[in-house]
Amino acid sequence: MTGLPPGALRRAAGFARRVLLGSPTAVAGTALLGLHLGLAVAGPVLAPYHFAQFNILHTLEAPSREFWGGTDQFGRDQLSRVMWGARATIVLATASTLLGVGLGVLVGMLGAFYRGVVDEVLMRIVDALMALPALLLAMLLLTTVGPDPVYVVLGIGVVFMPRSARVVRGVALSLAASEYVDAARARGERGVYIIVAEMLPNAWPPIIVELTIRFAYAILLATSLGFLGLGAQPPAPDWGLMINEALPFLAQAPWLAILPAIAISTVVVGANLIGDALREALALRRLDESA
Amino acid sequence: MRAVAFVGRRLLLLALVLAIVSVLIFGIVQILPGDVAVMILGTSATPADLAALRQKLGLDRPAALRYVDWVRGVLRGEWGTSLLYQVPVRPLVLERLERSAVLGVLALGTAVPLAIGLGVVGALRRHRVLDQVIGVVTLVAVSLPEFITGTVLILLLAFRFPLLPPSSLVDPRASLLQAAPSLVLPTATLVLALLAHMTRMTRASMLEVLEQPYVRAARLRGLRPRRVVLRHALRNALLPTVGIVAINVGFLIGGIVVVETVFAYPGLGRLMVDAVNHRDVPVIQVAALLIALTYALANLAADLTYAYLDPRIRY
Repeated sequence: MTGLPPGALRRAAGFARRVLLGSPTAVAGTALLGLHLGLAVAGPVLAPYHFAQFNILHTLEAPSREFWGGTDQFGRDQLSRVMWGARATIVLATASTLLGVGLGVLVGMLGAFYRGVVDEVLMRIVDALMALPALLLAMLLLTTVGPDPVYVVLGIGVVFMPRSARVVRGVALSLAASEYVDAARARGERGVYIIVAEMLPNAWPPIIVELTIRFAYAILLATSLGFLGLGAQPPAPDWGLMINEALPFLAQAPWLAILPAIAISTVVVGANLIGDALREALALRRLDESA
Repeated sequence: MRAVAFVGRRLLLLALVLAIVSVLIFGIVQILPGDVAVMILGTSATPADLAALRQKLGLDRPAALRYVDWVRGVLRGEWGTSLLYQVPVRPLVLERLERSAVLGVLALGTAVPLAIGLGVVGALRRHRVLDQVIGVVTLVAVSLPEFITGTVLILLLAFRFPLLPPSSLVDPRASLLQAAPSLVLPTATLVLALLAHMTRMTRASMLEVLEQPYVRAARLRGLRPRRVVLRHALRNALLPTVGIVAINVGFLIGGIVVVETVFAYPGLGRLMVDAVNHRDVPVIQVAALLIALTYALANLAADLTYAYLDPRIRY
């Protein structure tokens, strides 16, 4: 870390503290996200049972001292399944967000820096991908390759790419017209160097906000795909899939749906709260949220 | 005359978008790695079966030719046969589209006026209790996927307090009025999701307009705040709202797909999910194209409304 200017780490820590603990709602968001990160790391260790452990003598039982989350039609403890499922959900959402926003940054930066034909071609591809509603595009992408969490990541990445590319391109256009980029051009620097070393460091604020918004949206999309049967397959403890599997038993065993529903909503609320706090701290405003 | 030219240009653009989308849909479903025949029959199929199916689907021909044939068929109204249901695709898909449209129109018709009202109230009472309550409620609602809202509504209003039917599996011959109770929960689910997005966006655009000089001027002239908002600010705040509604049609379409699965509602979204799960390629392609057409028409409608509300846009 020798390349960092002096005090950068301390400033970053101060900024993080302002964002994460700056207001009551931000603290709530930090707590919720922290809880889920904790579950993602330690859930399988802390869970009382394995996610696939059948207990044929205890099927569809209400939450009890023995089975804290109640049991499903196979007698599996629902709380344990939710705890096991946290890791897959967080990893899936993180990977697809990084992939989608990463591709978006690449496309947006290239288009804004090179303009002309490059920009034109990239933006028409972006337009074409945006012409399909997000969930529909993800479903189509999963058609050929079949239901699998890995493809869910790729699918959501492709869905996010054009949306992030538009945001980043908007920012990068003004950066590309700045004096320091002109200076770098005059020095005869290569395009890649200018994008990575001159433009990217100044585009961080909107990119970070984009990441938090996309992360929340990735969880919504991934669990929706799971719910539709297009993501992880049984017996995986996928939160969306668990709610789908709970539907036939909704009348006699509502806890089966309620636990994963709480898990999904708390992680998304947490991410949205942090996103709001970040936006406020960076003084950015965006009208079209996660469209 | 200029208005006609404007609409004509927009229609041309719509046709272009649809052409690109049709290539995209066909490309994703048929050209991406993965063999359609293997996809349908499974990896354990014999080579002879695979070859027979490939011939039946015309897969032994080049992709470009197959695309041209498909587009020509779609334009002529020959939409092929469903592999899953073994019935012609056209009546199947159109009937389902009609049912989904009922749901979508109901949801949009309820949510738009409500969202504008709530957004205005939020902006007027900025940082007061009511604004903050609306803020928290919409934040939570934004964070809930439709399948959770729907499930919670079923738990509350169909099981805990049995007021409404939990599923929309009604006799297809039932009239709209007979089917009405079963439409309430799916519509309510969609309205909640839409409301959350649209209220947040309307409030933001309203606040922006309220900071404009002409609004301040109206205030300084001593006009009552209510009059300033309703007469002066709202008209200009409605302009971005049109765009907001268009953005939300995309959310709505995704929402309908999910909600139809939650409530076993026999619409196009559910058909699409079943088709994807069973690799019913002819149905997937046509259903996706119809959904894309709906989305494009919604965007066109938004563009035209924009131009109507603000003549400056008709350059």
